[in-house]
Amino acid sequence: MVSMSKIATGNGHGENSPYFDGWKAYETNPFHPIDRPDGVIQMGLAENQLCFKFIKKWLMEHPEASLCTAEGVNRFKETALFQDYHGMPEFRQAVAKFMGKVRGDRVKFDPDRIVMSGGATGAHEMVAFCLADPGEALLVPTPYYPGFDRDLRWRTGVELVPVICESSHNFQITRTAMEAAYEKAQEANLKVKGLLITNPSNPLGTIMDRETLKSIVKFINEKNIHLIGDEIYAATVFKDPEFVSISEVIQEVECNHDLIHIVYSLSKDMGFPGFRVGIVYSYNDAVVNCARKMSSYGLVSSQTQHLIATMLNDDDFVHNFIMESKEQLFKRHKYFTWSLSQVGIGSLKSNGGLFIWMDLRKLLKEKTFDAEMDLWRVIINEVKLNVSPGSSFHCHEPGWFRVCFANMEDNTMEVALSRIRSFILKNNESIVPRKLCRRSSLKLSLPRSLSRRMDDFMSPAGIMSPHSPLPQSPLVRART
Amino acid sequence: MVAMSKIATGNGHGENSPYFDGWKAYETNPFHPTERPEGVIQMGLAENQLCFNLIKNWLIKHPEASLCTPQGVDKFKETALFQDYHGMPEFRQAVAKFMGKVRGDRVKFDPDRIVMSGGATGAHEMVAFCLADPGEAFLVPTPYYPGFDRDLKWRTGVELVPVDCESCNNFKITRNALEAAYVKAQEANLRVKGLLITNPSNPLGTILDRDTLKSMVRFINDKNIHLIGDEIYAATVFMEPEFVSISEIIEEEDVECNRDLIHIVYSLSKDMGFPGFRVGIVYSYNDSVVSCARKMSSFGLVSSQTQHLIASMLSDDEFVDNFITESKELLFKRHKYFTWSLSQVGIGCLKGNSGLFIWMDLRKLLKEKTFAAEMELWRVIINEVKLNVSPGSSFHCEEPGWFRVCFANMDDHTMKVALLRIRTFVLKNNEAMVPLKLCRPSSLKISLSRSLSRRMDDFMSPGIMSPHSPLPQSPLVRART
Repeated sequence: MVSMSKIATGNGHGENSPYFDGWKAYETNPFHPIDRPDGVIQMGLAENQLCFKFIKKWLMEHPEASLCTAEGVNRFKETALFQDYHGMPEFRQAVAKFMGKVRGDRVKFDPDRIVMSGGATGAHEMVAFCLADPGEALLVPTPYYPGFDRDLRWRTGVELVPVICESSHNFQITRTAMEAAYEKAQEANLKVKGLLITNPSNPLGTIMDRETLKSIVKFINEKNIHLIGDEIYAATVFKDPEFVSISEVIQEVECNHDLIHIVYSLSKDMGFPGFRVGIVYSYNDAVVNCARKMSSYGLVSSQTQHLIATMLNDDDFVHNFIMESKEQLFKRHKYFTWSLSQVGIGSLKSNGGLFIWMDLRKLLKEKTFDAEMDLWRVIINEVKLNVSPGSSFHCHEPGWFRVCFANMEDNTMEVALSRIRSFILKNNESIVPRKLCRRSSLKLSLPRSLSRRMDDFMSPAGIMSPHSPLPQSPLVRART
Repeated sequence: MVAMSKIATGNGHGENSPYFDGWKAYETNPFHPTERPEGVIQMGLAENQLCFNLIKNWLIKHPEASLCTPQGVDKFKETALFQDYHGMPEFRQAVAKFMGKVRGDRVKFDPDRIVMSGGATGAHEMVAFCLADPGEAFLVPTPYYPGFDRDLKWRTGVELVPVDCESCNNFKITRNALEAAYVKAQEANLRVKGLLITNPSNPLGTILDRDTLKSMVRFINDKNIHLIGDEIYAATVFMEPEFVSISEIIEEEDVECNRDLIHIVYSLSKDMGFPGFRVGIVYSYNDSVVSCARKMSSFGLVSSQTQHLIASMLSDDEFVDNFITESKELLFKRHKYFTWSLSQVGIGCLKGNSGLFIWMDLRKLLKEKTFAAEMELWRVIINEVKLNVSPGSSFHCEEPGWFRVCFANMDDHTMKVALLRIRTFVLKNNEAMVPLKLCRPSSLKISLSRSLSRRMDDFMSPGIMSPHSPLPQSPLVRART
């Protein structure tokens, strides 16, 4: 019998959770518009696929961004040899600039505080290694990204203690909830080292308002614990209210900056998860120093640093990209949520992220997580959509599902919506059409054809800004 | 007071070791042929800079290897989105094929056992996390790469127990030494989980012979502990004897081995000269380890942009064959010239046939046989001779007086300057030196040339020297005795 480590033989990798079952269903029968039109549509993967044409165009105009073109090859050698864990200065400058622009240039980021990591996955683990010992704990508001269970805990031995957020408050993080979680940790003899928030939120798609952020900053200062802000979805805020970053709030309130750290990545905002561009930005010099040494375990490929540096140093491109991305997300989100509302499916009102937090509580046989799992299996096996059940995000209340909308083409989205529509209409006695989404005050009508409504959204003339009103439909009025 | 973790506030990162002082000297005053001709020459960095022309030529002929050319851009989106921790199939196939070719196609590697990591640095940490609990230990033969102290121990809590190797038998790893280390670990209440070997060796530049390898495999099987073979320098073996990999040993009939104990760490940083690309590989014969490592690889996947480039490059059989041959030749030439030049001023080194460095013997220059004297000599070399070389103590060498000197990370001109500085320094101190012939690259008589550059031309003649052709005779003055 050959022995491995406890870490290796345990379940800390988290892959035995039901979250991954939907993946398996998808992998055995993935949707393809021609080859497998009855396959499972992937709506469980928070990817941003909406801006690639834009990026491709830039690439064609900038051969120097590559090390393999005639224009770039003279930098191949020095780049291939560059393994300094400080990272390329131009890379750090470009990322710092990008982060600033994403926040409307309301704050400036210091390139010397930018530390690389193996994606946000590596960044989270690295921060946990820097801040907490095995057996110590971080507080995390629910619902939260399932990957945190692995990233923050698996090899570090750190514990996570949930801060319970309720649908009755729209899942907002309250002081009371934070205090309750802190106390619970103490009762379990867990020393709390920090609070990890994700803003914009995954899975909610919402952003935190200024008051909540200030309240959080006050809380962590009083307890003298760290605040880790995962702002990986910062550029996906596609409509008002505007995103407020921790980096802004700490300029407004009394705060020990040594407690403040931001985790970032280009995986969501730019759609580059494959490039593994993870970033740790800390206001604490000792943490920057330590993280930088640890970054050796997951540096960004210098080839990729070079590409990103070139791309993000192009101010015009960045400016246009951010705008284009918001517009595409806004349109997609609007169409998607509107179509769902037409068959009485609501979702949490949101303005960021690559997904919606869909409310299917009314479809549960009973208010239990078992019933949620039952419903989920129906959605996977009969409706053939891989969506993510709220329980996998540690949601306190059953019936919520995260549904990604930015990782597919328009046709695929229509197929998905069509399937949802058919499913609901089949089960229509359990549905009372609700208007949980209140995006505009215009009356919405049920169209005869989804594709026509789609064209209204996608009309080339006059790109819809996030503020222009929803065009009125000349078609049949909604059922009551 | 803001609390961080013990890992963060301790010294486990290893950067307070003297090994890094030389780096600081270099960084404040780095050599440049025109701008800083008196600067410190970097000879402490094991980089392979010799083959970039070949690579550049290939790149220009293969625009499809890039995602940013018209020929490659249609793959940009799918690649940018590809984050599957299994890695791209074509990447794994290309790396498996390359690993096989580097071993003369004497073994085949299974692409499904290839797991990615954040460079070899990430690979070693990952293997430690898979195989050992905090407080458990690996045996590591000395002298060894200083980075292991950080990579294997820092965040994992695993301990390292040295297996002492002595210069009197050319630092061979003996069964006795292995057993002694094992016993020592037990006495310290450390449970030994594995043995980590680096073959070809850093810092020695030697390879392990078949018998030693078999002896090791027997040892780990007897003890039922893992064997981790770091073969990161596999393609840098530039002259006979031929490299023998663990992967070959375990196939031999007279070797009984539980394959679940066998793991290889690899990377493209040394063999190809791509340390910046962070292409680390863990190859395990143990299915559970592959499975676990693959999940852990999420913390340090290879950028898909880089996977795509490497897949294209290493799938080109002709390029790979030419590269391996060319690299060996350039390393052979560089090594030969360097060691010969040193021997001309009586400096010997361990007879080596691989790696990107030599293990230089300066025991005769020590005031006394102590590590303090070694450090003193080292500071002289850095501050007066202005070369950043690495003292043996930083590699946990048991005996003072040895230094690792890298020779493949500079151009010819810089190497000549370095050699000239060494020559000047030695001649200044020549009463301390008895010319030694510890290196025997050939049986031909070698003469002290009037001009180092002329000898260089003899080596660099367009008729490419194979590793087997004889050293050209010098018409110049004979060596001092």
